Amino acid sequence: MLIAPREAYAQTLVELGTENKDIVVLDADVAKASMTVLFQEKFPDRFFDLGISESDLICTGAGFAVAGKLPFVNAYANFLLGNGWEQIRLSICYANKNVKIIGHNIGASSGKDGPTHFSLEDIALMRVLPRMTVVEPADGLEMKKAVRAIAEHVGPVYLRVGREATPVVTQAEDEFELGKANIVRQGRDLTIVACGVMVAKAVAAAEELTAAGIEAEIINMHTIKPLDRDTLLQSVQKTGAVVTAEEHSVIGGLGSAVAEFLACSRPVPLRIIGSPDKFGICGTYEQIHQAFGLTAERIAQAAKEVLEQKKP
Amino acid sequence: MLKDKEELLHQARLTANKMRKNILLMTHRAKGGHPGGCLSATDLLAVLYKCFMRIDPQKPNWPGRDYFFLSKGHSVPALYAILIEMGFLSEGEVEDFREMEGRLPAYPSCEDTPGIDMASGSLGQGLSVANGAALAAKLNGTDQRAYVLLGDGELHEGQIWEAAMTAAHYKLNNVCAIVDYNKLQLDGSVEEVKSLGDLKAKWESFNWHVLEIDGHDYEQIYQAFVEAEQYRKGPSVLIAHTVKGKGVSFMEGEAGWHCAAPTDEELTKALKELSRVC
Ligand SMILES: Cc1ncc(C[n+]2csc(CCOP(=O)(O)OP(=O)(O)O)c2C)c(N)n1
Repeated sequence: MLIAPREAYAQTLVELGTENKDIVVLDADVAKASMTVLFQEKFPDRFFDLGISESDLICTGAGFAVAGKLPFVNAYANFLLGNGWEQIRLSICYANKNVKIIGHNIGASSGKDGPTHFSLEDIALMRVLPRMTVVEPADGLEMKKAVRAIAEHVGPVYLRVGREATPVVTQAEDEFELGKANIVRQGRDLTIVACGVMVAKAVAAAEELTAAGIEAEIINMHTIKPLDRDTLLQSVQKTGAVVTAEEHSVIGGLGSAVAEFLACSRPVPLRIIGSPDKFGICGTYEQIHQAFGLTAERIAQAAKEVLEQKKP
Repeated sequence: MLKDKEELLHQARLTANKMRKNILLMTHRAKGGHPGGCLSATDLLAVLYKCFMRIDPQKPNWPGRDYFFLSKGHSVPALYAILIEMGFLSEGEVEDFREMEGRLPAYPSCEDTPGIDMASGSLGQGLSVANGAALAAKLNGTDQRAYVLLGDGELHEGQIWEAAMTAAHYKLNNVCAIVDYNKLQLDGSVEEVKSLGDLKAKWESFNWHVLEIDGHDYEQIYQAFVEAEQYRKGPSVLIAHTVKGKGVSFMEGEAGWHCAAPTDEELTKALKELSRVC
C-alpha cells in the first residue's frame, strides 16, 4: 500500500481541528501542495495564508503561541527553514514557543522541480537548535500518529513531510512515542538505523541480506532529535556494526546524529547513506533516489562493508 | 475625564524621569548596553504603559492582557525600567542588568522576565509576532491590543514589510506599531546609511493608518494612542519623531551613544541633569 505523507498529514490535521479549537494553521501560498487547503475548507476562520513570506510566517506563528493558540506553520521545507531559520532560532526556540513547524516537499520529493526545491539540509538546520524536536515518520500511517503526538507535545517541533506516495511499512497497532524509536525487525549481525522513506528501503535491503545469511536489525528512528540513545545502544551492543539511511545530506542529519553519539559511547564500524555533498538534478523521485544512492541495494552493500570491517 | 488625563500624563512624566535614571544606572553598572535608543523611546513607553496597557503585575500571563513587543530588543533597559515602574520587577534589579544571575539579560528573554512575552535582539521580527497575537485576539473575539516598538534603522529589514502587508491584509485594527524615529542607527544617520525616503508615504501605501507625532510631546503621544485605538479599518502606526539620547544633553543626537556606557563622571552629570527636571 502507498500513502502520500502530506495527505496523511493534512487529514490528521483536519481531525485535530475538530478536537482542538486552539489549533490554527498558517501557510505561505503553498496550501494546495501542503494540502492544508483541506483544513482551510473545514475551518476557514482558523486558516491563515500569509502569502510568500516565510520569515513573517514563522514569527506570526510565534505570536499566536504567545496568545495561547497551537499554530502549525507550513511551507516548502527549504524555503521555510532557509528564509526563516533565524526567526525559528530566536522567536520559537529561544523564546520557547509551542509552534509546530511543518516542512513540506522534503528530501527530493519535489522530483522534477529539481535542486532549487529539494530539501536535503533541513534536518541539519533544525537539529542544531536547542529545544527543537525533529520528527520524520516512516510512512503515511505513522505520519498520522506523529501529527497527533506533536500536537500533544508542548514545545517547538519540526516535522518533515514528503510529497510523493511511499510504501507503508509500519503497522496500525505499532505504538508511537516521540523520542522512542521502533524496532522494525530484529537481527544479530548489524543495525540499520533509518528514518522516513528509507525505512522501507532498509526493509527491502534486510530481505536481500537474509538471502546472503546476514540478519539485520532495523531501527525506525522517527524522532531524530532527541535521539533514542537507549534503543540504539542496546542494538549496537548486540550487533557491533551500523548503517544509517536517510533522505537528507550525509552531513548533519540522522547519520551524523548517530555517529556523534556512537563515536563517544560505543565506536563501531559505520556507514552513512544519504544524498552526497552536492546539489541534485531534475528527475522523477525514483530516478533521483537512484542517482543519490538512496536504494536498498546501496544499504545492503554498506551492510556488507561494515560486516567486513567488523571482522576481528 | 480631562483632569484624569492630565493626572495620568503627569504621572507618566514622573515615570519617564525615573526610567531615564534607571536606564543610565543599568548601562553604567553593566558597562554596556544601548542608552541612546532607550532614551528616545522612554516617553513613548511611559505613556503607553501608564495610560493604555491593560496588564496585571500580579498575573503577568493574564490571558486578557494587552501585548507589548519590543522589536528593537537592544533597548531593553527602557523596557526593564517601565516594568520596574509598573511593579513587574523590583527597583533593586537594575543591578542585575547583563549579569549571569537575575532576570535582566542583555536582550529580552521571555523565559527570564515577568511582563515580557517574546524574546528579541535580532531586529525585524516583532511586528510579525504582534500580528500573530492580534490575530489570536480576533479569533477569540476579545478587544486585546498588540503594540510593537520598532527602530527606524530596523525598518531596513524586509520582514517588517512582509508583516506590514499581513497586518493590512487582515485589517488588524488591534495592532499598533510605534516607530522610534530618532534618525540614527548603529553606523550613523539613517539618511546616510540607507534612506527611508518618505516614511509616511511608505506606511500609507501599505494601507496603514499613519499618525505622525513628536515622540516627546505627551499630549501628542496620548492623542495618537487614542486615535490608533479608535481607528477601525486596519492597523495604525505612530511615526514618532524622537531624539536619540533624549534627556541627557551630551547624549542627544549623538550616534556614539547608540552602544556605549556612561563613565562615573558622565553618570553623575546625567543624573544631575535629570534631577533638575523632576
Ligand atoms: C538582525 C540584526 N542585525 C543587526 C543587529 C545589530 N544592531 C543592533 S542595534 C542596531 C541598530 C538599530 O538601529 P535602530 O533600529 O534605528 O535603533 P535605535 O536607533 O532606535 O536604537 C544594529 C544594527 C541586530 N541586533 N539584529
